[in-house]
Amino acid sequence: MNKEWPIWEIFIRSKNGLEHRHCGSLHAADEEMAIQNARDVYTRRQEGVSIWVVESKHITASNPEKNGEMFEPAADKVYRHPTFYELPDEIKHM
Amino acid sequence: MLQEKLYDYLLHLGDNSMILGQRLGELCGHGPELETDIALTNISLDLFGQVRNYFQAAAQIKGGDATEDSVAMQRYEHEYKNTYLVEQPNEDFAHVLVRQFFFDVYHQLMLNELMNSKNETLVAIAKKSIKEVNYHVDFSSTWVKRLGDGTEESHEKAQTAVNTLWRYSMELFKATETESWAAESGVGPDLNQLKSVYLERVSSILKEATLSLPEETVFQYGAKTGRHSENMGYILAEFQYMQRAYPNMKW
Repeated sequence: MNKEWPIWEIFIRSKNGLEHRHCGSLHAADEEMAIQNARDVYTRRQEGVSIWVVESKHITASNPEKNGEMFEPAADKVYRHPTFYELPDEIKHM
Repeated sequence: MLQEKLYDYLLHLGDNSMILGQRLGELCGHGPELETDIALTNISLDLFGQVRNYFQAAAQIKGGDATEDSVAMQRYEHEYKNTYLVEQPNEDFAHVLVRQFFFDVYHQLMLNELMNSKNETLVAIAKKSIKEVNYHVDFSSTWVKRLGDGTEESHEKAQTAVNTLWRYSMELFKATETESWAAESGVGPDLNQLKSVYLERVSSILKEATLSLPEETVFQYGAKTGRHSENMGYILAEFQYMQRAYPNMKW
């Protein structure tokens, strides 16, 4: 029997209106404990107003060995960046 | 006279939290999991924060060169007014959580009442503390359920802890002279009236946890009036060491 508690990924919303951001992971036996542990480990210095927990096994990750085919083809496609437009002076905040 | 009673009452309130906080502090670095370690010491710090408020008020009443530290540290064993429950040792994780649970439920009831106290300082302290203690109740109740309704081994350990610690629970509700004064003068609650709600709440959580209270219990009373168990000497030896070895030291 595996006596280690499963690992959970923790997402914290730092203030209302902002998105939840991944801030780390921790051990917990169930979802309620994961929330309580996250509260004590990650928000004890007022870091957050909302917590999401997801058991790590539910996250599907891309394979680092396939980084070449996954990400490198994007490297020479500068035309995908909208950098070829001339902005009129009236437009601000771009 | 009145101020003396109030001073005494502040010690009643502060000492329970302080000694429990000290017990939890012993677990710093020794929790069964990193996360649980942090959670328990967080609770300890919450409790010490509350104690500071009580003892700052007490030191003000005492006057002279009394400070929150001297009120906390420079008393003899029989002058501490905490209950037997909070001085019980950290036997195992189940004992730690069941002790916490028995105290938290009382603590929450107590603070809810103190928010209606005629003493403004107590109202302010209670309002500030209640949010922390609501969390403590959540934390210890879910753990009691998890242990009781967990594996065969965790159930057995939790039931043993309940059987051992329950005998210290009713002392929380047996009023000393000072606590009776507080009830009569509207400074604090009538402890006897809190007892039935306490029993209800504790029983309902224990039922969910598939745990039961021992059928016949000889309840233990006396720590609140200074007749502490053997544990207390060891707690104070560690707690007071620096102040006793180097009187009035500061850092």
